[in-house]
Amino acid sequence: MPSPGAQASPLVSLHDVGMGFAGRQVLTSISLDLRKGEILTLIGPNGAGKTTLIKLALGLIEPQSGAVARAPGIRIGYVPQNLSVDAILPLTVGRFLTLAVDAKRQKVMDLLAMMDVERLYHSQVQSISGGELRRVLLARALLRDVDLLVLNEPMQGVDVVGQAELYRLLGHVRDERGCGILLVSHDLHLVMAATDRVVCLDHHVCCQGAPESVSRDPEFLRLFGAEAARQLAVYAHDLSHDHTHGHDHGHDHASGGGGQ
Amino acid sequence: MEPFLLRAVLAGIGVAVVAAPLGAFIVWRRMAYFGDALSHAALLGVALGFATGISVNFGILGVCLAFALFLTALGAQRRLAQDTLLGIMAHSTLSLGLVVLALLQTLQVDLLSYLFGDILAVGPTDLYWILGGGLVMLGLLAWIWRPLLAITVHEDLARVEGVPVARVKLVFMLMIAFVIAMAMKIVGVVLITSLLIIPAAAARRMARTPEGMALGALAVGVLSVIAGIGVSLVVDVPTGPMIVVSTAVFFLISLALPQRG
Repeated sequence: MPSPGAQASPLVSLHDVGMGFAGRQVLTSISLDLRKGEILTLIGPNGAGKTTLIKLALGLIEPQSGAVARAPGIRIGYVPQNLSVDAILPLTVGRFLTLAVDAKRQKVMDLLAMMDVERLYHSQVQSISGGELRRVLLARALLRDVDLLVLNEPMQGVDVVGQAELYRLLGHVRDERGCGILLVSHDLHLVMAATDRVVCLDHHVCCQGAPESVSRDPEFLRLFGAEAARQLAVYAHDLSHDHTHGHDHGHDHASGGGGQ
Repeated sequence: MEPFLLRAVLAGIGVAVVAAPLGAFIVWRRMAYFGDALSHAALLGVALGFATGISVNFGILGVCLAFALFLTALGAQRRLAQDTLLGIMAHSTLSLGLVVLALLQTLQVDLLSYLFGDILAVGPTDLYWILGGGLVMLGLLAWIWRPLLAITVHEDLARVEGVPVARVKLVFMLMIAFVIAMAMKIVGVVLITSLLIIPAAAARRMARTPEGMALGALAVGVLSVIAGIGVSLVVDVPTGPMIVVSTAVFFLISLALPQRG
């Protein structure tokens, strides 16, 4: 249950959520809170239920058991994992951004410039590369004043230099707008440096906490191996001076019951 | 111009003006086969309209709506691929329609006119239906245009951004059912889909925006109706099929044009 103070109440909270498809259990007893100003990254192997959890948090699907609560009147920006526009539909990038949301052309241009893709304004959506599309999708997600950004694999197809830059940008957006950010990612390198809390998912919450502590968790080592853990710890350490914020970096092992 | 000819031209244009922009969405949403299946099912609506003595138009609308709802329910179970499901339902409802019509032996039904249309037999009442209904449809389409386009590009993203997805899709489904009822007189159940998808496809290469494509489709549809009726008057060929042939000619010409967007 959300606590009474407006500041403290979570943007999204999942309580003991279970979900399955066609008789196969995908998520079991997931409890998770995401608060304003927090960057939470979901990691986990393929088929661990990351996308399902994202869709539950967004309210696109309803849980079979447990409860999902979103802050009343919350505005969410979303970057889906896949988006392909059929070649038969003529659609420019500029138009794509404002399909469902009204915005002045200048604002659209500014956001595209922030993502370094303003040259694509008049391009057809089908003609741009996968990495460019991720940037365009991020720009669309930021078009409204959102309280929460939900990004499913936002760096897919973005080159390494671009990834570092986009993660910096996400941190900047969090600081500037004070929104919460929920990320799904496969890549353990850069994402860890820019995240406050990591949740390691494999149908249930295996472990969660600050990147460095998660990298030492036996559950994490089981899923990703020692080499990944070593890299993760190194990155978290190397880049920690880059990200200054005052969150509690406590570590919480899932066998103790999941949520914060 | 003879009154029957004027009615034919007006009815044809009335249908084309609605079918073209709606057809653009059918093409964008990859629903061509859905439209085809729905129009086959419409013959069952004709049969039931006669059998109950209510009205053929209401019969078509009722069957199309039931078909769309049934399909949505079955499709949600994901037991069968959508195209298999559509194939089963299209041809069983068409056959059921033929069987029911055969059972109504007391009635002389001109089956061919329902299969391939009889635009030159459009009466004043039909024309009012088409023009009045067409205006309502254009208004509805303008109303759902933007949300439907957002849903077409990415449904989840549109939902997160506040688009009332279920409501918009329902209105769109109703509109397809209605346009099939409207177009039945003009080209018949077998050829209705062509009026929806060929003008849209023909307009693709010239268009840089969704609206441009819809307007291009509208122009192709209207010109095809005029050309089809004109040719069928000079040479003795069936009018409905001639209209469809005209749309196909426009499509072939469009292939020679450079892609703009």
